[in-house]
Amino acid sequence: MTARIPSFTQFLRNYAPDLLPGQPLPAGGGDAIKDLPHATTIVAATCERGVVMAGDRRSTAGSMIAKRDVDKVFRSDEFSAMAIAGTASVGFEFARLFQVELEHYEKMEGRSLSLEGKANRLAGMVRGNLPLAMQGLVMIPLFAGFDEETGTGRIFSYDVAGGPYEEHRFHSIGSGSVFARGALKKLYSDDMPVSEAALACVQALYDAADDDSATGGPDLPRKIFPVVTTITDDGFRRLPDSEAEEYAEQVVQERLRSPDGPRAPLRSGS
Amino acid sequence: MPFYVSPEQIMRDKADYAASRIARIRSCVALQYTGGILMVAPNPSTSRHKISELYDRIAFAAGGRYNEYEALRKAGVTYADVTGYQFDRRDVTGLGLANWYAQTLGTIFTDSTKPYEVEIVVAEVGMTPDNDQIYRITFDGSVSDEPGFVAFGGQADQVSARLKERFHDGMSLAEALGAALDALTAPNTNNQGSAGASASAAGNGQPAELTADQLEVAILDRARAHRTFRRLRGPRLEELLAESRAAAASSDSDSSDSGAGSASGPGSGDAGSGSGDSSGPAGPSAPPAPSAPSAGPDEPPTGPTAGGSDGIPRPPL
Repeated sequence: MTARIPSFTQFLRNYAPDLLPGQPLPAGGGDAIKDLPHATTIVAATCERGVVMAGDRRSTAGSMIAKRDVDKVFRSDEFSAMAIAGTASVGFEFARLFQVELEHYEKMEGRSLSLEGKANRLAGMVRGNLPLAMQGLVMIPLFAGFDEETGTGRIFSYDVAGGPYEEHRFHSIGSGSVFARGALKKLYSDDMPVSEAALACVQALYDAADDDSATGGPDLPRKIFPVVTTITDDGFRRLPDSEAEEYAEQVVQERLRSPDGPRAPLRSGS
Repeated sequence: MPFYVSPEQIMRDKADYAASRIARIRSCVALQYTGGILMVAPNPSTSRHKISELYDRIAFAAGGRYNEYEALRKAGVTYADVTGYQFDRRDVTGLGLANWYAQTLGTIFTDSTKPYEVEIVVAEVGMTPDNDQIYRITFDGSVSDEPGFVAFGGQADQVSARLKERFHDGMSLAEALGAALDALTAPNTNNQGSAGASASAAGNGQPAELTADQLEVAILDRARAHRTFRRLRGPRLEELLAESRAAAASSDSDSSDSGAGSASGPGSGDAGSGSGDSSGPAGPSAPPAPSAPSAGPDEPPTGPTAGGSDGIPRPPL
């Protein structure tokens, strides 16, 4: 007698494996793959009552801007979110599958997975994408959620072979992550209020866009602003455009006066 | 030593067997109210649910043998999840699921020695009350499309007749709950209640009045985005029960509709934000809802906030 594990992915693997992402490609597709749209910078920072995750809106295909208003941060369930960097199409497919995976477990078992359970599940799915990653379709997620047991926000990162690696305080992935992380390091403080953590994330994305050509800054003329999401004890919330606009507007106005952004004190402590 | 048994005899025996078992199922009801669809089942167990979520706007209610309808529920969830993943979430419909259940139960009835001793209701909440759909599927796979309300289980006909008297379009949640409880608990008050009907109802052990901990109540809340299924329990359910009883009492003395019902109407289910549940530490409930007590422990641990956007752009429904 075989037990039916309440995993959607596991079920599909037996029932209709062709529906799963991560089927290896035929050899020799290298050139077509190189110029597929890529999603870029994601930042996340824990804060009072939870965690904030934000992403820029640009996707690039080689040196071209493929799309200006792409969303890379997804609600995965009520208390978690997933963001992607790397090949956009693969990432979107994973985001969709991961949402169904979490909901499927919840409906089957009548409870939701623990936050570690969700993070581990995502690791397994990323690991399953390894054959594709080795052929060039690399996708790396960043996972953030509110842990109902500890009452805190937590961040998990991954590499192409899986993970998860728990990150403390803040983290960033994608092509602009080096700059974003540098900025967050100077802007972050423990237990920031949610709104300040959101502002810090938008600042960090601005810094990433400043120095990384594949990351898009706030596009005021077109009204395209970074996606900012908060996951707190109230659950997942994506800030509506009007609120994201306020943060973006504030950052841009400040940068008109000091283009490099807020200045951190040279010596810490006092 | 093979004996010949005619197909008629086999089918009749199976149907008789299933019908006799199903006559012992406690009756349950599903009915429309302005804000969605309400489902009520007498069920003292808090873990073995008779009512569950199938998909964003679709719920499942069943009576009968637990292992049988639980297997059907899980298969339905899988059907819905695969369909929604393969196409789009909006492409999972109540009709599709009802047909799938009908096929499955029909096949089981014909092919296996023992038919399933279950009755199933698939309810789908539409964007408007006109689009609400309630399907009842019986053990042999026959489907009926029920407008407005449905009763199923052992005393389905009697309960349905009583519900028909109280049911009307545009009921508030409390009114609908009152009508459902009235139909489920008062087998003798009706003049059509013949001696046979009331005797069998009494033999079935229908209690005089159902309390919150003997009830399983859930709604499909039209106003919510994404996943609309919500269980009502604990203080929230107590409050609604009190409200519906108060409304019933006042309508006895005075037939005008009472304010109590309308206070908890369509907006009652959408105030919470999915914080807290019996499992896990309940966080404070989120936004300042005017009908504050409605937010709270009846909300399941997951599921979307009222305005829950999941970051995936989707066209307006």
